[in-house]
Amino acid sequence: MKQALKYIRTIPAILLWSLPFAFMLIFYFQPLLANFRVAWQATTSEVLASIPYKVITQPLFFTIWQASLSTLLTIIVGISPAYLMAKYRFFGKSFIRLLTTIPFIMPTVVVAAGFNALLGPKGWFNLLLQTIFSLDNPPIQILNSLGAILFAHVFYNSTVFIRVVGGAWSQLDPKIGFAARTLGASPVRVWQKITFPLLKPALLSAILLIFLFNFTSFAVILLLGGPKFSTMEVEIYIQALHMLNLPVAGLLSGIQLLFTLVLTILYSRIIKTKSVALTPRDPEEVAKSITGWKQRSFLIGTMSYLVVLFAAPLFSLVLRSFLLTDTNRNVEGLAGNRFSLVYYQELFLNRRESLFYVPPIDAILNSLYFGLITVGIALFLGFLAASVISSRSSWGKLLDPILILPLGTSAVTLGLGFILVFNSPPLDVRSIPLLVPIAHSLVAMPFVVRILQPIIASIPRELKYSAMVLGASPWRTFWQVEFPILFRAIISAALFSFTISLGEFGATTFLARSEQPTIPIAIYRYLSQPGGLNYGQAMAMSTILMIICALSIFLIERLKLPNIKEF
Amino acid sequence: MLSVKSLYKEYENQPLLEGVSFDIQKGETICLLGRSGSGKSTLLRIIAGIEAPESGDVYWNNQNLKDIPVHKRQFGFMFQDYALFPHKNVFENVAFGLKMQNLPFDLIEEKVNLVLDKVKMQKFRHRQVADLSGGEKQRVALARALAPEPRLLMLDEPLGALDRNLREQLMDELRLLLHESNIPAIYVTHDQEEAFTIGDRLVLLNEGRIIQNATPEDVYQNPKNAWVAKFIGLSNLLEGVIQSIQPLRVITKSGDFSIQTGLPKNVKLGDPVILLLRPDALTLNDEKMNQFQAHILDDVFLGNQWRVKLRMGDMEFSFLVDEPISIGSIIKISIDPKRINLLQAEK
Repeated sequence: MKQALKYIRTIPAILLWSLPFAFMLIFYFQPLLANFRVAWQATTSEVLASIPYKVITQPLFFTIWQASLSTLLTIIVGISPAYLMAKYRFFGKSFIRLLTTIPFIMPTVVVAAGFNALLGPKGWFNLLLQTIFSLDNPPIQILNSLGAILFAHVFYNSTVFIRVVGGAWSQLDPKIGFAARTLGASPVRVWQKITFPLLKPALLSAILLIFLFNFTSFAVILLLGGPKFSTMEVEIYIQALHMLNLPVAGLLSGIQLLFTLVLTILYSRIIKTKSVALTPRDPEEVAKSITGWKQRSFLIGTMSYLVVLFAAPLFSLVLRSFLLTDTNRNVEGLAGNRFSLVYYQELFLNRRESLFYVPPIDAILNSLYFGLITVGIALFLGFLAASVISSRSSWGKLLDPILILPLGTSAVTLGLGFILVFNSPPLDVRSIPLLVPIAHSLVAMPFVVRILQPIIASIPRELKYSAMVLGASPWRTFWQVEFPILFRAIISAALFSFTISLGEFGATTFLARSEQPTIPIAIYRYLSQPGGLNYGQAMAMSTILMIICALSIFLIERLKLPNIKEF
Repeated sequence: MLSVKSLYKEYENQPLLEGVSFDIQKGETICLLGRSGSGKSTLLRIIAGIEAPESGDVYWNNQNLKDIPVHKRQFGFMFQDYALFPHKNVFENVAFGLKMQNLPFDLIEEKVNLVLDKVKMQKFRHRQVADLSGGEKQRVALARALAPEPRLLMLDEPLGALDRNLREQLMDELRLLLHESNIPAIYVTHDQEEAFTIGDRLVLLNEGRIIQNATPEDVYQNPKNAWVAKFIGLSNLLEGVIQSIQPLRVITKSGDFSIQTGLPKNVKLGDPVILLLRPDALTLNDEKMNQFQAHILDDVFLGNQWRVKLRMGDMEFSFLVDEPISIGSIIKISIDPKRINLLQAEK
């Protein structure tokens, strides 16, 4: 009886705490299971017999191939900046650090558009070369090649490498190395026996994470790879939305899910073991200043390619959005072009009066609308989930690993799962307007939890008790004590969810109604259509999205919260 | 006023409180004294309503507080690490409880100023709490607990985080403040010196039970058992057996003792007992009773007395004496039969 009473008292808490579970169950596990079910049905039915194996194996092998290659290149590009950022003090270090945050939450469509603006047929390089050498056709044909994909992936992921590995490296106590040297170890042996083993967890987790990102990369492949290259993600998209072949799409996504789940679980395992590392050092205490011409030229070399890698695509994107190419006069190259705001003005007009073309500015409004709803859902559920995890109850232990899963699940599979679950009669995806922000919230929630949870856990229980003893009701205790302490973290989490929602492309392609596109969808539509005006509008739209995202990154950095560098 | 009745509480399936009952009268300060892990902080939290007992009740003026939530009990609580709100300054911290009563701002300000004056923190009122020293934080925490004029004040090791000098200084201030305010208070500590200074009454808690509940003088003069004696710093304890009742004589390994103080309840001839030789029991004059050979091991000058450490038989004792004794000497001493307590032997 007494026990029963005790449980009755905790009912409101249980109701609140079960909300994140219910959300995950309905909107994550249900679509996931639907994918697996379709995949299973496909393997047992004749559908499979009628399709060539190549439909499955070709994208799978290509996905693994490009992901491995991209990861390898990322390591090569990232290792020396990681070392420099960890070990040295130099002029412009904080600028570089800020630079490395930019690709972090820069939407894939923006990055794809940026590379297009730099290297594409209408990009700066080609325009310049055409002008100089009076060529009729663009000489650089990197777009729609493997090179473009790799380039974009390196852009994206080298920052992950620099942050994760550099962060761990900067916290290694150099005295451990000195001790090994005095005990007779050569610098090579110190690396072999001391530095590498200590860095290994960070290296492994960075590599796994990067591989996972490359494996599930969608917009980059779709926008930069062109029709020739098809990863699992792109193939799922094509099979589901273009061929309307759901069994094959389901089978592909089932395989995709297996891979990503295994990778995600591996990653979270490594993250766990990593936390038993050494006592962290203050990075500033470890950093040395640069001396001698060797170090100086190493620094200058490394930093210049970083700046080129990170800044050039985004910079050319912004510039290209103001450059009006006059295709009517049939002049190639830069001649006859001028800077103008035409592309931006065009965003407010509805040129084609058909049902599917709304004024482009509507896409921005849609995105903002979805973004705000996403912030609401992700913050509310993320806060509850973070509180559950901080409570260290068995519920929390259950929820913690579950929450990391959406991080590794590809957005396309999620989108497909949503269609499979919510698009069967009597339901219709179109009839559920909230599906887009719900999908976005699934992607954003792990980040929200990871930002809020450490802060919630760091609030001493005595603070809450003090407030209660002083006469504050639980409601007032939350608003007077917990909320103000969490305020900066909440703002940071809100900005994060907002940017994630603004940039989300994979799931949105499946879920957004065609007359209600978001910014990334609109950019994709523009880029996939011919004509200088479409191209320019894609640039203008990408620039707007980029500026919004850059602003929120800037704000997040200003809030100076710990632990955002880790996922 | 406050009445605690047979509280039971488990922690991770181990009993923590096993039937704790006591009362507090108006204006009285009681000290809950016990080792860490004895359940004294939990007891405070149960009274405050932060934790619920497995069974037992807390009454305030005969009203059962079972269904009164923490924020409606009007009790003050001061936590060991003060738990000051880090996002509020000194004034806002102290004003918090008054704000919860939805008082008009003028009145809040007046009351906060009054209590800040009391703890001598007026000039810090706009400081951020992060900028305060340990002692200043302690004063703010006390002011915050006092400001809403609670019906009962609970202090959980309020001086525990401070260094010794500061603790002694604040101990005296705290005692005066508590008596001045006339608010009944429960003061939890593991430090017997603090307990003797602050408490009108001591409640000694060991392994979830109240061992003794008495005034400081009474506890000191008549500790209930060997645990209490040891806990309050009386360490000259030795086991013995009652040899005769009239006159009272006890056999021990270190020799036979004549005793001229009372016999504990229910102790008969032949029963085991524990002797407590009080620190001032040693005389160097040639007395007839309780004469022993003692080997002087150490002698420390304390200011107006010497603390002598010596061996009688195979046991070591320490006493306070008025004159120095040379270390290493073997001398005749006697133990005053009026300065020996007989304690019940533990089961």
